[in-house]
Amino acid sequence: MLDVGRIKQDFPILGQQVHSRRLVYLDNAATTQKPRQVIDALVRYYETTNANIHRGIHTLAVQATDQYEDVRTKAAAHIGASNPQDIVFTRNTTESINLVARAWGDTNLGEGDEIVLSLMEHHSNIVPWQLLARRTGAVLRFIDFRDDGTLDLDQARGLIGERTKLVSIVHMSNVLGTINPVAELAEMAHAAGALLLVDGAQSAPHLPVDVTQLGCDFFGFSLHKMLGPTGVGVLWAKPGLLEEMEPFLGGGEMIAIVKPEGSTWADVPHKFEAGTPNIADVIASGAAFDYLRELGMDSVREHEKAITAYAMDSLQRIPGVSIHGPLDVEQRGGAVSFSMDCAHPHDISTIVDGHGVAIRAGHHCAQLLMRRLGVPATSRGSFAIQRRCRCAHRGVAACEEDVC
Amino acid sequence: MTAPEPQFDELYRDIIVDHYRRPRHHGTLAAPTQQAEGVNPVCGDEIRMDVSIHDAVIDGIAFDGQGCAISQSSASMLTERVQGHTIAETKDVIGKFRAMMVDGAAADSGLGDLVALEGVAQLPVRVKCALLAWNVLQEALQQAAPAAGKEPA
Repeated sequence: MLDVGRIKQDFPILGQQVHSRRLVYLDNAATTQKPRQVIDALVRYYETTNANIHRGIHTLAVQATDQYEDVRTKAAAHIGASNPQDIVFTRNTTESINLVARAWGDTNLGEGDEIVLSLMEHHSNIVPWQLLARRTGAVLRFIDFRDDGTLDLDQARGLIGERTKLVSIVHMSNVLGTINPVAELAEMAHAAGALLLVDGAQSAPHLPVDVTQLGCDFFGFSLHKMLGPTGVGVLWAKPGLLEEMEPFLGGGEMIAIVKPEGSTWADVPHKFEAGTPNIADVIASGAAFDYLRELGMDSVREHEKAITAYAMDSLQRIPGVSIHGPLDVEQRGGAVSFSMDCAHPHDISTIVDGHGVAIRAGHHCAQLLMRRLGVPATSRGSFAIQRRCRCAHRGVAACEEDVC
Repeated sequence: MTAPEPQFDELYRDIIVDHYRRPRHHGTLAAPTQQAEGVNPVCGDEIRMDVSIHDAVIDGIAFDGQGCAISQSSASMLTERVQGHTIAETKDVIGKFRAMMVDGAAADSGLGDLVALEGVAQLPVRVKCALLAWNVLQEALQQAAPAAGKEPA
């Protein structure tokens, strides 16, 4: 088990009071708080190493380049990828998905080709494909989910067929918490000759991930949801895929030779990292990868399963509460969305905020999912390593005491 | 400069909860002269409003929609406050309500029950909830301008 008492000491922000109560931060699915180690790494970079990377000869430029590239290796290791050169740094998961839609989609999709998504996707895994469909004439198809919040695999089997060029699916839903059977979807996609993209924004921070076992072709995630700074995303692509893709953004760093009549591209992954990247935050992200590796992702998962089970159990004891998504913690992660008969989610969020408890309310960037559930919004508490059942209890108690 | 600490106990006063649970003038009008609707795209709150105006007087008003207690109670109290009043009086109320919510002005006694929403002004993210119905009413009144014949375009 994790030593949460010690872990909490690493998060300076959690020591404060909000509305005269000790802060209980349960909005980790939106962004996590940052441990001292990440904050220190950011400051240390600016105080000791700051220089532009890849094109400098001087000592600081070499150090900064080494530190930046070292994080590429850590990012690959975090998701079980063998080759750091298959890792592209982006701004966030959204940009990782947009990169694929542009650099792979524009050249590989045409009129009538199909992209299969699900109704539980975040807008970041819907809108880039709508834009791609508009450019190419491709068509979007949506896999529904069952009432228990699990993906309807029978329907998926019917939807994924010879017209399918890409299946793009969320690994762990940011609303329902559902962990989707990615390996099975990979088999279906590959049998149809299609590729599989996995949106790992919620899974990479909370589950052990191995892209080889998942069998996916693209995997995207964001560092700010896993203890790292904002402004760093990762795209992993199966070996060989990036080489075949056209550039995403043009500019410095991504070229080999520039001539008036045209240019040639740098080797991957630099071909996809035009301009000065977010050097400082990538380097600080290295400390986030280290932090999670030292805890062990298996331990992280076990801890979060326990707190999620406790939270769901306590919430269900409140009359008029319904939880959206699977109730079995083996099938879900720590994002727990719920509705209360007596109050609108925005009112719940404001009321528990008065108790110093931070939860999220709204459509969670998943309007298709809200429409499918038949609700305008939900309330969501989401857990991470630095939380204990006691904190979940404070969140639940605030709902119980004051909302109804 | 720090904003005043919100008073959470004050926020959901009984009168707000009462209007939320038992909204007044809820539904539609048989013969509205104006109709308007609005949504807060960020939170999904919706208000549709029917207004009936004759001789520059609001002689009927009704709303429906969905959303949080603040948006729906604000709409309900709005309808009670402006029903039977002239357009000029209504515009005065709109101005006073906006002043309280947006400009931090002290609650004007002319607002009646709406004073109960004063606490929302301390929560910037929730102000838009309270204002939604008022934006919809304003849009409806703009439609009224040609019929009334003397409102500025």
